[in-house]
Amino acid sequence: MSTLKVLDEDFSSWKCATCNKPLNPSPVELEYLDSRFNVELPACPDCGFVLIPEELALGKMAEVERMLEDK
Amino acid sequence: MDQKNLRDWEARCTQEEPPKCKARCPLHVDGREFCRFLQAGQVDKAWAVLCKTMPFPAVTARICGGDCQNDCLRAQRGGGIELASLERFAAENAKRTPIIRALPPKGRNIAVFGAHLSGLTAAWDLGKKGFTVIVFCENKMQGLGHLPAELVSNEIIEKELAQLGKMNVSFAEHGKPDAQTIMAASKSFDAIFIDPLIFNATQFGLSQVDPATLETSIDFLFASPDVSGKSITELIAVGRKGALSIERKLQNASLTAGRDREAPFETKLFTNISKVATVDPVAVPDGGYSLEQAREEASRCLLCECMECVNNCVYLQEFKSYPKAYARQIYNNASIVMGTRMANTMINSCMLCGLCEQVCPENFAMQDIVLEARQDLVEKGHMPPSAHEFAFRDMDFADSSVCALARHQPGTESSRQFFFPGCQLSASDPGAIERTYAHLCSVLDGGTGLLLRCCGAPADWAGQKDMFGRKMESLKRDWESLGRPQIIAACPSCMESLQKGLPEADVISLWTVLGSELGQLSQHPELELLSLQDPCSARSNHDLMNDVRMLLSGLDITFEEPELSGSQTECCGFGGLLSNANQPLSRKAAEHRAEKLDHDGVTYCAMCRDMLAKAGKRCMHFLDIIFPDGNEDPAGRIAPGYSARRENRVRLKENLLRQTWNEQPEPRHDYESVAVEFTEEARTMMEERRILLSDIQKTLHAVQDSAQVLENTETGHKLIQFRPVTVTYWVEYEMKGGSYLVHRVWSHRMRVLGVGGNS
Repeated sequence: MSTLKVLDEDFSSWKCATCNKPLNPSPVELEYLDSRFNVELPACPDCGFVLIPEELALGKMAEVERMLEDK
Repeated sequence: MDQKNLRDWEARCTQEEPPKCKARCPLHVDGREFCRFLQAGQVDKAWAVLCKTMPFPAVTARICGGDCQNDCLRAQRGGGIELASLERFAAENAKRTPIIRALPPKGRNIAVFGAHLSGLTAAWDLGKKGFTVIVFCENKMQGLGHLPAELVSNEIIEKELAQLGKMNVSFAEHGKPDAQTIMAASKSFDAIFIDPLIFNATQFGLSQVDPATLETSIDFLFASPDVSGKSITELIAVGRKGALSIERKLQNASLTAGRDREAPFETKLFTNISKVATVDPVAVPDGGYSLEQAREEASRCLLCECMECVNNCVYLQEFKSYPKAYARQIYNNASIVMGTRMANTMINSCMLCGLCEQVCPENFAMQDIVLEARQDLVEKGHMPPSAHEFAFRDMDFADSSVCALARHQPGTESSRQFFFPGCQLSASDPGAIERTYAHLCSVLDGGTGLLLRCCGAPADWAGQKDMFGRKMESLKRDWESLGRPQIIAACPSCMESLQKGLPEADVISLWTVLGSELGQLSQHPELELLSLQDPCSARSNHDLMNDVRMLLSGLDITFEEPELSGSQTECCGFGGLLSNANQPLSRKAAEHRAEKLDHDGVTYCAMCRDMLAKAGKRCMHFLDIIFPDGNEDPAGRIAPGYSARRENRVRLKENLLRQTWNEQPEPRHDYESVAVEFTEEARTMMEERRILLSDIQKTLHAVQDSAQVLENTETGHKLIQFRPVTVTYWVEYEMKGGSYLVHRVWSHRMRVLGVGGNS
């Protein structure tokens, strides 16, 4: 399973407040209705906290959710 | 839906039935399609429509007598379309004639005796299909040569006869064929057609001929009964019928199957002309129509179609088709094993309001198909979870202990009746419920209990049979706990739901009760003329609609019935959970309905009230008038948002417990104490994205002490997330004076499994 790149924007202004580390693009596994895929998303390099930005949640992610719901 | 079911449904939608002109024409020329092109000035395309159906079109189009003109619906609004003159116009003005290509010879030989219109047509049709045809006649101009020269010139006739020559047809001009020759031909030809203007069946000594197929007692010999009195197009149709019979006979196929609509027939197509204005025909000048005149005359064509339901429903319009096609799409959707179900959104966008069934001449009930389709999706586990989940959560909330209540009237041990306001009225206007309940307790004898909860309609609308069953069982337990009293329901949807799920209960409408106790109601301020909005769930409840009107009149409230009222009322966009499954369409439906109300609206459904109010329409609920709260402009009352609706229900129960039953309500949840404020933008987002105040409070509460916080180094905003059940909420906020100021909120259903993956 290859990792999809879905974000062009820069999320370097976000840092993990707990680890005090800037977020890095990292491969993240997502799941919906028994389908899984790897997507490159900003995440804390230490604790692995993943950011799902608003435009992704309401844009591409919502589209994919709908597509999977119609499968 | 099985295949037979599908066909039954399809047969009820008349939209694809032919227009009157086509059904009435012996050749079934599509006058509607022809006029559609002419209206647009596309003469060549109009001409091509004629060439597709007519034999030797350059002649036929010029001599057609317009058999259809009296049947044309336009005949009732000025005069039938002058189709004959328009056909002639097209024949004379078309720049291009489609090339007619005959099939290669099949090696079957047919003799046609006689070259009148029937014989030539039989030759044309058979030749085109690859049969080798010899036309025996005195003279090939026999039929066409007698046509009036001012209609058809010899040049045109010769051109069409030359075309026949290119289509496997030749002429044998041997004088008038006699019976002996014809009988002899039966030995050397595969089949024979006798033009009835040479010999009709009786003249030829054939006593038995089937008028539907022209089959005679002599095998492979086809002849017609007497044709005297028949029009030109009917004579052509006789030849066409003979040709088709010969083709089938030689293919060893059934002569009769599927021919029931060969002769002129009654179409089932319904076209509403009640709003069509009268327009007189464009007079036909001696020299025929000019292009301008032809376009003008063709523009009188109504382009007959039904679309009654579609024209009256934003949902049916939204998906760009009509019920017959929708039925098939739904059938296909259900049949998909692997792949994408394309019709889910369509299935989940119907308001289940039943207006289509009311206006359809064949009572096509889209809501029945759609509900069944939803039940099927649920049963097979294919219902998109996002479509209705928010509504289920809301329903469960209304039935949870913080909102639900089942009590006898204070100071009594039994109830002769109880008030069932419904969860949406509780959400919309809890104060009205308190006032109404107090009134009912004061005027009704025998004890009036109160039951606060949801009627289960959302589960029913969503196709969740099991869930609806469970809701009704629980409702039944409440009803029984109060001693099975009469139910006074305020909401027409509740009435419908109760009748479906609790048929043994005696359910009466609040408006009927108030109407029968008119004298007990206090005066209301004088009101301007109002527009009455009947909720769609009252559509078939004629007693209710009648009682509502009696009540309004009894209260001296003047109201008008909007276009589409009573049993033909339109849904406000909430029905069938449309606002959950397809919010933009729901909004469109509310706006569409609002436009039909000329004055401030008045209605007896809390959702109609709020949906219309949200669409910007001033609207009152009956209770705003009967038990006013002192607000000076009840029609302008703002419809509460999703979070406020929940809070209203909770507070209603709390107030009633304290004030009516003298009891302390249960304490609020911990998370509700989280103090939170919102920017204007965040408030709008919450409503649009259906994120509740409680979702945000739960999120803030859940991560208050956790380490899972992101921080924006530029804005200083914090960002947290929480997934209570099936949705992850994200809340972006800043701390302001010890409280949270929320800037943005969003959510998604997809689950984050974690960093790593396998790449």
